[in-house]
Amino acid sequence: MSNITTYWRVFRTFARNSLIRDMTFRSNFIIDSISSLAWVFLNVVLYLQVFRFTNSIGDHTGWGRYEFYAFFSTGLIVNALAQMFFMTNIDEFTDLIRTGGLDFLLLKPIDTQFMISLRRIEWSSLSNLAAGIIVLVYSMTRLPHLPGMGQCVLYGVYLICGVAIYYSLMITLGASTVWMGRNLTLYDFWFYITTFSRYPMEIYTGQLGRPLRFAFTFIIPVLIVVNIPARLMVRPLESQNGWLAGFALLATAASVAASRWVFLKALAGYRSASS
Amino acid sequence: MFARVNLYYTVLRISIAERLVYRVDFALGTLMRFLPIVTQIFLWDAVFQGMSGGIKTIAGYNNHEMIAYYLLTMVGRAFSSMPGLASSIARDIRDGTIKKYLLQPIDMLSFILMSRLAHKLVYYAVAVFPFALVFWLCRDFFKGWPDAGTILAFIASLLMSFLLGFFMEATLGMIGFWFLEVSSLLFVYMLVSFFFSGQMFPPDIMPYPWPQVLKIIPLQYLAYFPTAVFLQKVTGAELAWGLAAEAFWVVFFFFSARTMFHYGLKRYSAYGG
Repeated sequence: MSNITTYWRVFRTFARNSLIRDMTFRSNFIIDSISSLAWVFLNVVLYLQVFRFTNSIGDHTGWGRYEFYAFFSTGLIVNALAQMFFMTNIDEFTDLIRTGGLDFLLLKPIDTQFMISLRRIEWSSLSNLAAGIIVLVYSMTRLPHLPGMGQCVLYGVYLICGVAIYYSLMITLGASTVWMGRNLTLYDFWFYITTFSRYPMEIYTGQLGRPLRFAFTFIIPVLIVVNIPARLMVRPLESQNGWLAGFALLATAASVAASRWVFLKALAGYRSASS
Repeated sequence: MFARVNLYYTVLRISIAERLVYRVDFALGTLMRFLPIVTQIFLWDAVFQGMSGGIKTIAGYNNHEMIAYYLLTMVGRAFSSMPGLASSIARDIRDGTIKKYLLQPIDMLSFILMSRLAHKLVYYAVAVFPFALVFWLCRDFFKGWPDAGTILAFIASLLMSFLLGFFMEATLGMIGFWFLEVSSLLFVYMLVSFFFSGQMFPPDIMPYPWPQVLKIIPLQYLAYFPTAVFLQKVTGAELAWGLAAEAFWVVFFFFSARTMFHYGLKRYSAYGG
């Protein structure tokens, strides 16, 4: 129990230090927030254009205008959380491996993965989180049924699952730097893989679509990251959702366990680059 | 003259060797670049499926043309994108590395241009295979090869887009002489260029007057224009004017980069050893 308290205290210190750092460079913080909002805005412009010409993403898929906006906002929320807590840290992790700075962290009397994953909190991602919540609330009020309490709780649970799956993927990619020497493409790889999770899984149809849907649901489960919480919110009564929701929990546990295993393997294979 | 050519040829060779050091990283990066296109194909397929009515087109683009558009913008970006150019120039100014160019008998802009050229040549040598594969797999999205004139215009627009991308980014990087930190500005440029170059979607699908506005801005030459040329959305006099305007912007940004470098150096002061 005291262990958890210690880790919680360390996390709070990380969060406070990051906030102090962000507030020291306030204008930079504001510019960061605005620029990430600009990216959201551009995406909104794209979808506004798309829905000028069509009423639904796919024929009879159930992803109409507001259902899709709810999906889009869920993607925003999951991404904002992943970026807020992990992205900068994992990116620094690859540098630490390359430069040998990891030695310093290995000496600390605390779990190295915890230390690496949460050292810096990117507070400016709160702007995207807020944008996601606003778009979600707006789209939910435009839909015929408002979600119940249970749905909202489940939504929260599956958001956390989504962030955990993203985190597992990130830390696995980051740890692979130990074997690859340099991992400049981490951000790219992350961006490209997660593009698949940006749209409803129904769009992946046909000869190429079905295997892709299978691979990104069961092998690298990025498709369930946004799809499951968004479905539970917008289309909770569909029969398919039950087993998918169950599978999402399993996939989250498996992803986290697998990434922990890769991380420990990477640490074992790490040879200091410095001194 | 020969010594100069030899000098820059050596720079090119060294840069190529340097690019090939991290081959796995490089090959992986090239391959990954095609993944977003896959999702775009499915997304637009779903958008067109969701449309009602008989003839399904969006601003003159049918489903196949829309996919072809995205595939071709990738070719455009393969020429015009300059990852990290502006930020590396700004960083060199900030940390003083730039003084190595001032001490050596070499022109900084030409040196960077050569190393970018090397980067691109290595990139094409690796990327030609995945590009050929993807275009072959997606051949049904194209109506066939356009005529020789169009292909020549397409190649000209691509070559100029390389130069335009280079000199625009170099100009931006030179802002580092006046401001210490330009990373936020560069992020804004990245966003603006992603949108205004037509990478996100063809500007034609926006309501009036946006397509007209977007087509005045030089950023369209980085992706939209070469693509529109290949798809024969721009033909005849409009094509000739487009190429002339692109050439004008190349010259304009060449001089702006040179001018900023000239005046920037007058401001520059180096500290430390």
